[in-house]
Amino acid sequence: MTDLSTLERDTLAAIAAAPDEAALEAVRIAALGKAGAISGLLKMLGAMTPDERKEQGPLINGLRDRVTAALSKARECLADAALNARLASERIDVSLPVRESPEARGRLHPISQVIDEITAIFGDMGFSIAEGPDVETDDLNFTKLNFPEGHPAREMHDTFFFAPDKDGKRKLLRTHTSPVQVRTMLANKPPMRVICPGRTYRCDSDQTHTPMFHQVEGLVIDKGSNLGHLKWILQEFCKSFFEVPDVKMRFRPSFFPFTEPSVEVDIQCSRKGGELRFGEGEDWLEILGCGMVHPNVLRNVGIDPDVYQGFAWGMGIDRIAMLKYGMPDLRPFFEADVRWLQHYGFRPLDFPTLAGGLSG
Amino acid sequence: MKFTLSWLKNHLDTTASVAEVCAALNKIGLEVEAVEDKATALAAFTIARVIEAKQHPNADRLRVCMVDTGAGEPVQVVCGAPNARTGMKSVFSPPGTYIPGKDITLGKGVIRGVESNGMLCSSAELELSNDHDGIIDLPDDAPVGMAYAAWAGLDDPVIEIAVTPNRADALGVHGIARDLAAAGLGTCKDINVKPVKSTEPCPVSVSLAFDAHDRHLCPSFGLRLIRGVRNGPSPGWVQARLRAIGLRPINALVDVTNFMTFAVNRPLHVFDADKVHGNLVVRRAKAGESIVALDGKTYQLGDDHVVIVDDNGVESLAGVMGGQSSGCDENTVNVLVESALWDPLTVARTGRALGINSDARYRFERGVDPDFCLPGLDLATQMIVELCGGEPTQFVLAGETPDTSRFIDFPWSEVQRLTGLVLPVPEMKLALVELGFHVSGSGDNVRVSPPSWRGDIEGKADLVEEIVRIAGLDRVAAIPFPRLVDEVPKPVLTVLQKRTRLAKRTLATRGLVEAVTWSFIAHDEATHFGGGKAALRLANPIAADLSDMRPSLLPGLIRAAQRNADRGFGDVALFEVGQVFLGDGEDDQRMSAAALRRGAARASGTGRHWDGAAREIGALDAKEDALALLSSLGVATGGLQIVPGGPDWMHPGRSATLQFGPKGVIGAFGEIHPRTLKLLDVKGPLVAFELHLDGLPLPKAKPTKMKPKLRLAEFQPVTRDLAFVVDAGVAAGEMARLAAQADRALIADVAVFDIYEGDKVEAGKKSVALAVTLQPTEKTMTDAEIEAVAGKVVAEMVKRFGASLRG
Repeated sequence: MTDLSTLERDTLAAIAAAPDEAALEAVRIAALGKAGAISGLLKMLGAMTPDERKEQGPLINGLRDRVTAALSKARECLADAALNARLASERIDVSLPVRESPEARGRLHPISQVIDEITAIFGDMGFSIAEGPDVETDDLNFTKLNFPEGHPAREMHDTFFFAPDKDGKRKLLRTHTSPVQVRTMLANKPPMRVICPGRTYRCDSDQTHTPMFHQVEGLVIDKGSNLGHLKWILQEFCKSFFEVPDVKMRFRPSFFPFTEPSVEVDIQCSRKGGELRFGEGEDWLEILGCGMVHPNVLRNVGIDPDVYQGFAWGMGIDRIAMLKYGMPDLRPFFEADVRWLQHYGFRPLDFPTLAGGLSG
Repeated sequence: MKFTLSWLKNHLDTTASVAEVCAALNKIGLEVEAVEDKATALAAFTIARVIEAKQHPNADRLRVCMVDTGAGEPVQVVCGAPNARTGMKSVFSPPGTYIPGKDITLGKGVIRGVESNGMLCSSAELELSNDHDGIIDLPDDAPVGMAYAAWAGLDDPVIEIAVTPNRADALGVHGIARDLAAAGLGTCKDINVKPVKSTEPCPVSVSLAFDAHDRHLCPSFGLRLIRGVRNGPSPGWVQARLRAIGLRPINALVDVTNFMTFAVNRPLHVFDADKVHGNLVVRRAKAGESIVALDGKTYQLGDDHVVIVDDNGVESLAGVMGGQSSGCDENTVNVLVESALWDPLTVARTGRALGINSDARYRFERGVDPDFCLPGLDLATQMIVELCGGEPTQFVLAGETPDTSRFIDFPWSEVQRLTGLVLPVPEMKLALVELGFHVSGSGDNVRVSPPSWRGDIEGKADLVEEIVRIAGLDRVAAIPFPRLVDEVPKPVLTVLQKRTRLAKRTLATRGLVEAVTWSFIAHDEATHFGGGKAALRLANPIAADLSDMRPSLLPGLIRAAQRNADRGFGDVALFEVGQVFLGDGEDDQRMSAAALRRGAARASGTGRHWDGAAREIGALDAKEDALALLSSLGVATGGLQIVPGGPDWMHPGRSATLQFGPKGVIGAFGEIHPRTLKLLDVKGPLVAFELHLDGLPLPKAKPTKMKPKLRLAEFQPVTRDLAFVVDAGVAAGEMARLAAQADRALIADVAVFDIYEGDKVEAGKKSVALAVTLQPTEKTMTDAEIEAVAGKVVAEMVKRFGASLRG
């Protein structure tokens, strides 16, 4: 039986020595092909006596199995080597810069972001968003809001007017978003809770004023809402908006034609190292005006001030954006300088939510 | 409104410090704007005596002074002042003192070899005047060692408050004292007005020459002559007060009018009686009249203005400013004192029209206390007689003091209703009484009469404000604001609001940067973009090129892109979502969305890149932005038509109108027209789209949120590529659209995968290659069946476009 062991040794040696697929295939054909050495031995099994077959069968089959396994393993090794050789030749320059994705380049203006933040907070408190036209009537912008005849705001040096129509009435650009409150009260029945964000206009242009700016006002009308509720709303808003655990606020009596009592609100802050921080410090910063809706305003929209009551507040969107995000100057808001927009703008998918936090 | 602490204490009996006064002022709504306290700023400056002044050994212009500062050993100081001399008294500051006039902190020094341990100061160095010719020269009785500011009477802090328009009564020190007293800061002292007694009638009469409907222009006018006054500089204490609040002392008579204005909020006017001819008449001015006012300027008048005239003509501009010709000077011997009431609106309009901001105008336009008109005249008379001597006559009064008495029925519960604050009735009543209100009745409902000086008080809410501001708004507790219903909040945004914010985020994800540009643009730009209507043109624009409401967002974006290009950022991609104006009606405002690309600012990447040559943007980049936006907003675009040719400001051959049928135009995209670029003086090419979000079809309301059932085909789709040669002008998009309709049941998609124009096709023709995807639903398709469908497509292309199948 030295034949078998010689055959096995030679075949396995040939397999081990085969440098490539082709050589390996030649070895396979020589051993297991139709005319192969092992195939020949297997064919001889049929002619053997049962005793011989019993003895030789396992030997020959074993030989065939070991050679088959060796072939398969060798083939795998060759494939591996071939792949390694291919991989070794395949190299890219991973340092090459890729194109910046559009999501990385695009930006939202801080005004849009802050309006979304405000909406998230007040939406959760059940306020809806009311809007109205920028081109308004004197009646809705002033008269219904209890501005007396001859009030300085009604003059050309404060307010943008259009030419008078044939009846002598002149439209104007709203000087505040308060006419939206009037529209809301005229169109709905209490209870109502709305905020009114929007563009507003005044004839003013210097370091801190632009002829166009953005305001958000809030309005609540029902049968029981009072100054205490207003205080709570404003405190909760400031905490939530400025994303600080606590804020200290100062409420000072003030005057607006459309509220009585009228209040101005300061927020406590510090200015360490030129950085504005809320909820600490010694300074006070005026942040908004508010008050109980003036009985005359309620009467002007057909609401009985002895039955219903409510409050309103208003603040500058651009201003609170500057306070929160640190823009030093108002004018660049409207200059569309891409450097400014890239720097102070917001990533497109930073959608403010209360669940996820307002800012990223 | 400015006043000093000591002035306040003339009207308020209090021991409160400046800080306490300021805190109380803020609390009651008289917001403190500034406090200037010279005593604190100058605390280190003390009175000292120069024991000896010797010539400096090494400098001709310097002296070496030994100074007795009143604290221990004499101090050696080198001084350059020409007036430094032995024995004089001056003001000393030790090393470490901040010198306000020089903005330095003094150190010890050696000046030309001689040690100097402090400084003798000039008035300019203390910022007290511009006098820096020498050191302050004090009289011999000035006490050495005492704080200079205290000795000089500079230790009277000046407080400046902002007074809201409703609080005319706080424009006098007395009114402020009354408010502070009500807030518990002390006791308000009564003004002791003794009626002036005289047996002699006033020789000058006053007549109010108004039509019946004009009587409100001057309800009352009081006048009195004082004979034999000696007018000169007013006493030091009067001058000091006026200077402290920024007024220039002029002469005693004029100073009295200014003093009365600020002390008791009673503006007055004094005429030199010898310069007044005949009697006084109060009337509307006549066109052509003019006045040289006390400020030396000439003002042209008209019948909008009210004036006081004598036989010579206009002598005074009522409630605004007196005239120069009858003004009082040091030679005045006989003086006419006027105390009158004027119509606030007329005073305001006159002041505004003529550009005069006087302290009198400021008070009359807010409304002064009508009941104090005649007492004010008596008080001024008393003060003039005290300061200048003289014999007053009786007063004459034209018109009458208007009756402003009124009452408000007031339930105390109103305070809690409006503020949530519960206060004891006695406290509320006390606050009102201290403020001068009269409260009658008892129990839950009382009757409240406001004092004559509170013209702003109209009703219950005003009384609530008075009570709460005196009690302190800090006592109003924050009360959690309950939800209207106890449930998770419902969505609050409208479809347009949702679309507006989603539009911004969508466009930003395409690499566009959001701009916010002015709502107003230049008239020629507005006209060019379809606007420029007279109704949308501002009567008083802030600048000539910001005159018309914008009909489109594009002019603003185009200009912004050019500004960025001018700064070196040429590949710029901007968008704006904002209002545009089609008319001045409330329904004429639209919410527009527009995006603009310049240079190589494509969505897939900006500028040059190793990956391939930079391709300039084209109109189809704008189309991609527009369609991405519609898709993101969930607008079904099945019926969307893209009609060649956009608005006039777009390149006619490289733009299109987006519409759902001819009446459903939603916007356009394309390349900006070269003429538009020229008009706006910008370089192109620029591509843009603009569409109105409020014009988009609304989503269909559905009863549930269920999506339609998904049906997955069991059989594999097959694709056949078909290339056609057509005329170059044929719309490839239309070919694809109609090819898909050749067999609606089987054709799932048609894509245009190649366009070729060149040598391999005939001139004037192009090759359009379509990939037609078939989706069998019943069974796998045989080759014959596939060929049959392809045949239908070919036939359709031949029929509709004269296409021939490319071999």
